[in-house]
Amino acid sequence: MTIPVDLKYTKEHEWVRIEGDVATFGISDHAQEALGDIVFVELPEVGRTVDAGEACAVVESVKAVSDMYAPVAGEVIEVNEALESSPEQVNTNPYGTGWIAKVKMSGDTAELLSDDEYNTFLEE
Amino acid sequence: MKYSATSGIQHEEPLLFEHAHKAAESISLPGVAGNVPAALETFARKAPAGIPGLSEPEAVRHFVRLSQWNHGIETGFYPLGSCTMKYNPRVNEQVVRLPGLAHVHPDQPEESVQGVLALLYELQTWLGEISGLPHVTLQPAAGAHGELTGMMMIRAYHDSRNDTKRRKVLVPDSAHGTNPASAVLAGMHTVEIKSGANGRIDPDVLRANLDDETAALMLTNPNTTGMFESDIADICRLVHEAGGLVYGDGANLNALVGIARPGDMGIDCLHINVHKTFATPHGGGGPGAGPVAVNDTLSPFLPVPRIEQARDSYNIVKTDDSSIGPVFGSIGQTGVLLRAAAYIAAFGREHLHKIAEDAVLNANYVRVRLTDAYHVPFPGLCKHECLLTDEIQNKHGVKTLDIAKRLIDLGFHPMTVYFPLIVHGAMLIEPTETESKNTLDTFCDAMLEIAKQCETGDTEAIHDAPMMPIRRRLDETQAARKPVLVWHDDD
Repeated sequence: MTIPVDLKYTKEHEWVRIEGDVATFGISDHAQEALGDIVFVELPEVGRTVDAGEACAVVESVKAVSDMYAPVAGEVIEVNEALESSPEQVNTNPYGTGWIAKVKMSGDTAELLSDDEYNTFLEE
Repeated sequence: MKYSATSGIQHEEPLLFEHAHKAAESISLPGVAGNVPAALETFARKAPAGIPGLSEPEAVRHFVRLSQWNHGIETGFYPLGSCTMKYNPRVNEQVVRLPGLAHVHPDQPEESVQGVLALLYELQTWLGEISGLPHVTLQPAAGAHGELTGMMMIRAYHDSRNDTKRRKVLVPDSAHGTNPASAVLAGMHTVEIKSGANGRIDPDVLRANLDDETAALMLTNPNTTGMFESDIADICRLVHEAGGLVYGDGANLNALVGIARPGDMGIDCLHINVHKTFATPHGGGGPGAGPVAVNDTLSPFLPVPRIEQARDSYNIVKTDDSSIGPVFGSIGQTGVLLRAAAYIAAFGREHLHKIAEDAVLNANYVRVRLTDAYHVPFPGLCKHECLLTDEIQNKHGVKTLDIAKRLIDLGFHPMTVYFPLIVHGAMLIEPTETESKNTLDTFCDAMLEIAKQCETGDTEAIHDAPMMPIRRRLDETQAARKPVLVWHDDD
């Protein structure tokens, strides 16, 4: 299980990459492993305004259907449409081609966890 | 005899449409030429319908062969958690085949179906007494349909008080997936409530989520971890103080029937899966019936048509201004409802509690026998189902799915797997009250054998399972990612 050091994390097992005022997010390696084979991803609508912690996407695996929560507040500016035809990228490359959406941030990132904090959270 | 599974002759069987000689016809129906009224002439089919032309024995074999690939409660033990797969006593089938019950039609005049109406009215009364919620609609055709009906009534209640901002429905993270779906379908939105470390609702977490937009809390008691919500009275009080109502998912009523009443706990509205808690044949997931019982607060909003008792007859009330209206084409799924009534009557008021007692006893028997071999996430007495995880077996590379598949080879239907979602690698086992100690022991022996094979590293049979059925381990991922949903005629 990998936890890249250049990303932020949430207790909902999502990762966030901050670049300027844009946050790209997806689910962590731990999350994809726990969910099992992902078979469908319901992406948020581009242009939608989300609050931090608001359910905005759905990840369906062979085991379960799970909500995904916006890790930061802002406007959804881009979604990973490639997942519609190949959701398995969430399993094979969760931190890369398996990204879910990009949000133009309107709030801060104070609530997000560092890689160390996420690792500690997982061990608890 | 240890386990019942053995390999026998199983026949391959193509889809009906894939049978080679589609053109053959075993039964010649008279042509319609000259018999179609002129007004309907334009609708008459010009080309053959393309229905496969199997002979009668071929058609019979088709369905019998498919049925032999199946595992039902009449084939073997079926401990599917949260599904209450109890045996349907044969006497129920005798009851519903009585001509006066079997040969009636929903559109018959009321005076010609007084017997059926009397029985259904009686069932309403029983369900009201069992739930502690005296007003009952029999209309909903399944549990989730009952949830939707209940949520529509709760919405109508708030709207009737001009409290139209109440659209928020709180749902614990251990809930059945149908709960949030029903709330959304009724035009509300849901907020998830995190369970406490003991697998139950934490009143403090609940309190933090209650406000003047809260329409209702939907909960299941006992919840899907098999545990009783011990703070239920406080939980209901908190929701009521915030102006909301409490919806009870009756999926797990088997743990309480005849012993404790949801209405007495403070629940305002409850659906009862009578096909689970009482009886009906559990075929391919149906048919079902999900009557909804409510207290005085919600009774004005009950669906119509409904049955009312007059001095010397039973009448069907068809309209009522405050009602949410009909949610079904008639007063209910009569066949399922009558089987439920027969099951209740077989126990009678005095002995109804034996259902819950034996169901809870059986679940705890299984839990105790499997406790050392499997990880039990929430210790202590469970109710009608027990929850285990694959934590111990994980160390040997074996997961819940492998254990489930291996059980098939040993002659059992797997338990519910990977649900509830709040427990990693969940295995939810619900034996119901209709199983003997002997059956439970055979199942526990099989589970213990699997655990032992994991411990000794003898896991080949587990990873290769199932080997007995006509189909081996199916590729569930590809089935979901690339489903073949439509048959195409290549000719």
